Amino acid sequence: MNNWEYSESIESEKIVNIEKKYGNFIDGKFVTPKSKQYIDTISPSTEKILSSISIGNQQDVDYAVASAKEGLKKWSKTNPSERAKYLFKLARLIQERSREFAVLESLDGGKPIKESRDFDLPQVAQNFFYYAGWADKLDIAWGSEQYKPYGVVGQIIPWNFPLLMLSWKVAPALATGNTVVLKPAETTPLTALLFAELCEEVGLPDGVFNLVTGDGSTGSHLVNHKDIKKIAFTGSTGVGKYIQKSLAGRDVGLTLELGGKAANIVYSDAALDEAVEGVVNGIFFNQGHVCCAGSRLLVQEDIEEKFIKKLEKRMQTLNVGNPLDKNTDVGAINSKDQLDKIEKLVNEGVADGGDLFQIECELPKNGFWFKPSLFTSVQANYKIATEEIFGPVLTTLTFRTPEEAVEIANNTEYGLSAGIWTEKGSKILWTADRLEAGVIWANTFNKFDPASPFGGYKESGFGREGGRHGLLSYLKVSS
Amino acid sequence: MSSKTSLKNSVIDWSSTIDMIDNVRIDELGVKERTSSLATRSIKKDSKLEGLMKIVSMCDLTTLEGEDTEGKIAQMSSKAMTPDPSDADVPNAAAVCVYPSLVSTAKNIVRDSNVKVASVSSYFPSGQAPLESKIVDTQYAINEGADEIDIVINRKAFFEGDFRKVYDEIVSLKEICGDIHLKTILEVGELETYENIKKASLIALSAGSDFIKTSTGKISSGASREACLVMARAVREFADSGYGVKGIKVAGGIRDSKDAIRYLVIINEELGAEWLTPEYFRFGASSLLDDVLKQIKKLKTNSYQSSYYFPRG
Repeated sequence: MNNWEYSESIESEKIVNIEKKYGNFIDGKFVTPKSKQYIDTISPSTEKILSSISIGNQQDVDYAVASAKEGLKKWSKTNPSERAKYLFKLARLIQERSREFAVLESLDGGKPIKESRDFDLPQVAQNFFYYAGWADKLDIAWGSEQYKPYGVVGQIIPWNFPLLMLSWKVAPALATGNTVVLKPAETTPLTALLFAELCEEVGLPDGVFNLVTGDGSTGSHLVNHKDIKKIAFTGSTGVGKYIQKSLAGRDVGLTLELGGKAANIVYSDAALDEAVEGVVNGIFFNQGHVCCAGSRLLVQEDIEEKFIKKLEKRMQTLNVGNPLDKNTDVGAINSKDQLDKIEKLVNEGVADGGDLFQIECELPKNGFWFKPSLFTSVQANYKIATEEIFGPVLTTLTFRTPEEAVEIANNTEYGLSAGIWTEKGSKILWTADRLEAGVIWANTFNKFDPASPFGGYKESGFGREGGRHGLLSYLKVSS
Repeated sequence: MSSKTSLKNSVIDWSSTIDMIDNVRIDELGVKERTSSLATRSIKKDSKLEGLMKIVSMCDLTTLEGEDTEGKIAQMSSKAMTPDPSDADVPNAAAVCVYPSLVSTAKNIVRDSNVKVASVSSYFPSGQAPLESKIVDTQYAINEGADEIDIVINRKAFFEGDFRKVYDEIVSLKEICGDIHLKTILEVGELETYENIKKASLIALSAGSDFIKTSTGKISSGASREACLVMARAVREFADSGYGVKGIKVAGGIRDSKDAIRYLVIINEELGAEWLTPEYFRFGASSLLDDVLKQIKKLKTNSYQSSYYFPRG
């Protein structure tokens, strides 16, 4: 066999400078945690320890919230165009140091460098630019009503797009005049810590942005803090429900961006080769650690065989391996915990009777890996057809008519996103009208724009991030 | 692959061809997105050297000018046999591509080598002539000793909607070619839409072409990576339907190694490495080869050399 293997093309780690140990960023500076407790953050592709981060306790959170409260006094009176200046500066600095951020993101989280470099970082900078633009135009954004910032906002972000989720939350919160206490995920804190350095560098007033690292306990302290006026959370539906319960009975604003089990509907009159690309991108992008991943393939029965054949062939060309290799398409699973969850669900899928296809490839010895996988012969009652796997695993279901496609697509507790593949414009509109999902892509998937609001139906959450609507997540009607 | 190659010279009947053409559905943005994503592949070190060597072996060194003379053809043919006399690892080019009147000159020089002589015919580049004339043109090139024939499709018929005429002409020309390799030029710059390119590809493949080729190099818009991707998918569909394994030639405007490597990546990932031989993939080029030779030297010696270290072609 005549083979042309691509030689390794590794993005150098030398550009990043990781401290051995990190404290919290409170009141405009890095401070030693009062908890004196630390946890290692490792690279999921090598299991090498990258650094130690603090597990913030009640006192740390108290300190951060107090600092945010103090910072609010000045920030809420800062001229909006001044607030915009800081955000523009942050956006430019992120662009300047994007390679550094990208390498750090791939090291700490396991995602391919081509994604952190070509997707995450450009989007992060765009978000800051976008919301910088709104800062002094809030009165025209939502008419003449009187809107005011919440005040001190607690933000809890996930590990799948660490810096991007930070930008989705921090940029609109600061643009609208709130101050922030952010808690990144314990497996991926490093880019948020580097972002804190940038805040120092641009001279963001003390207390406007505060960062407390830690695990679920830290997040819980933040949610239950009496001086928090609003919580924005992105993560699992389970934790989202816990937060909502905790906040019941308190005057605290809440937006939740939770799980998904999106249908990617392929009609038989779709451009199939491009649909294959879209389906691959929909589920294997970021190892399937994507809340809006197209994890349920709904393919019209008359083309199932042909489509699955094309799909398997295409999947086989995915390069799985070192996230820092520029030719890697699928990187490492974010953590051992997540790998265990994926393995458990996949095993159950096989036990239920699903046909499992996995690509042939060598996986690195160390680190956490899962081969890109495709289930066929799946029935709607299998767990793999209903539960969010949050990994590189696609589940196939078939349908006969558009009505049936919509019925199956909506037959889920989630409603974050969906995809429609057909060359008929009328069919796209007909289908989109009936799908219960916050974002619907037609003949494409996973496209994002800071100007477009993002958020879910049903148990995928509420509230919108991005766009003009995203401002409302950080503004309260005051009249 | 043996079962597929046995079908190589067969012509697919018109009704099966129509079935394929009617089912052509292409999403323009999807094609562009895939192409630009493949362009981010980072080809370095050994894989780069291997790729560059492949590119040399896939080159159809081409001159198609009114000013071509026997002397010019002799120079180019000689270069095709030994592109870099200072490095024995560098393979010979696949072929030289010339006008019919210069075929015998080229053939005399490359006779004892692996280099093939390809001739354009069928009223290249416009194809605006009756079939009888195209047959005479092609037959002449064959009689002069051409190993491969590059024809153009009848774009007039294509745009008038007479797909059957496009197909019939190629069938007639393949008939006189017999075992001689037939490459059919679609002129993608004139077809413009990806749908047209895919349809023309399928027609040309069905009609018995061994290769489909992007461009004549005679209009301002030559090969594009997007067109190559669409053609690769047509070839894949053709092979998957059990109709045989066919090749692709990209020509027109491919001038440097970086660009050429991106074409290799498209073929590698869309069709597979089995297509990465001169039997199934070619570059039509005049200036590309020198840049590739320079890059090979650079990889081996770590320094760039001036053009005058390489023989003129």
